[in-house]
Amino acid sequence: MATVSMTVNGKSVSADVEPRTLLVEFIRQNLHLTGTHVGCDTSQCGACVVHVDGRSVKSCTMLAMQADGAAVTTVEGLATNGKMHPIQKAFNEHHGLQCGFCTPGMLMSAIDLIKRHPNPSEETIRHELEGNICRCTGYQNIVKAVKAAAQEMGG
Amino acid sequence: MYSFDYHRPRSVDDAVRQLGGEAKLLAGGQTFIPTLKQRLAQPDKIVDLGGIAELSGIKVEGDAVVIGAMTRHGAVAASAEVAKAIPALAKLAGGIGDPQVRNMGTLGGSVANNDPAADYPAALLGLGASVETNKRTVAADDFFTGMFETALGEDEIITRVRFPVPQAAGYAKFANPASRYALVGVFVARTPGGVRVAVTGAGPGVFRIGAMETALAGNFSAGAIDGVSVSADGLNSDMHGSAEYRAHLVTVMAKRAIAAAGG
Repeated sequence: MATVSMTVNGKSVSADVEPRTLLVEFIRQNLHLTGTHVGCDTSQCGACVVHVDGRSVKSCTMLAMQADGAAVTTVEGLATNGKMHPIQKAFNEHHGLQCGFCTPGMLMSAIDLIKRHPNPSEETIRHELEGNICRCTGYQNIVKAVKAAAQEMGG
Repeated sequence: MYSFDYHRPRSVDDAVRQLGGEAKLLAGGQTFIPTLKQRLAQPDKIVDLGGIAELSGIKVEGDAVVIGAMTRHGAVAASAEVAKAIPALAKLAGGIGDPQVRNMGTLGGSVANNDPAADYPAALLGLGASVETNKRTVAADDFFTGMFETALGEDEIITRVRFPVPQAAGYAKFANPASRYALVGVFVARTPGGVRVAVTGAGPGVFRIGAMETALAGNFSAGAIDGVSVSADGLNSDMHGSAEYRAHLVTVMAKRAIAAAGG
């Protein structure tokens, strides 16, 4: 066993884990934050995307130990005082989801992309969301939602 | 995943001391962790290089861009220095995997793994880069020795890669639509020492095409390689494309890379 400590959604957490524990397992099983999903488990689908020190990563392809000392944000950390993050609001308003399984990862990837491309074109959004797969929406409304959120967050 | 001990050294020397037996180095883990999950590897110890600050960073030193082994693909893609000195290299890094993979995956990890469809080996071979380790400096021409094989010794760790700044360079890849690995990727560079053409994805490992380099030496334009035929012998054939298809793509991608390099 090894001791892993990190900040998750602003809260310090620490636990003894097996070194082979994945970050997504630590988040879901140790912290009971089940908003981060496991879809493909092979770093293709992006349902498990979280932020580690501000960068979006696939938490199914990272050991919890690699995040030791880091600041992690999951989808549960987006809303503040019950008020949705602009990206959550935009997905709601533009119907950017249907079953919702991919949504947590989509939101986390979208925030990272808006940070790096504050005024993204449709092409940029589609290129940047290559690592997130949605089988319901056909992506049209996801792209619309990301565009709207970018405007909201920039303005 | 089988269980293992985990170490996170703070210096390259510490990391080297941890090696031996069945120990394995972990860089960004974007290939290695899936490999562990599939139980295709069973290290008894993992030495995570993520805590060694001296391994990360991008510097322009004289006529070369020097990039630390633990520098993430995303950092190379976003680097103003790389974009100015070797734009083809920034473009190549920005086309690896997806943004989340680029936020974790590292130059050193990619080079040490030497996946036959990886992008970086083409840049190293195309630019005539050199790989610096804790022990020595190895020219790219001598570094990539075969499929998933390199000249690295058991107790050797890549510290940085030195990319000489070319007069012009371009990279074009026909990406697998699911993985973004190169079905075929061609890196072309005009350097003071001559033109270099390096191909990834097509064969069992990255390789140069001397006939194209000769043809381009006198006439750096896409038309110059019209007379160069690429043999399908020894090229990869799989569900994504036959060897003949890949051979055809080599010429198409080479022409696009030449055009991207201004030829």
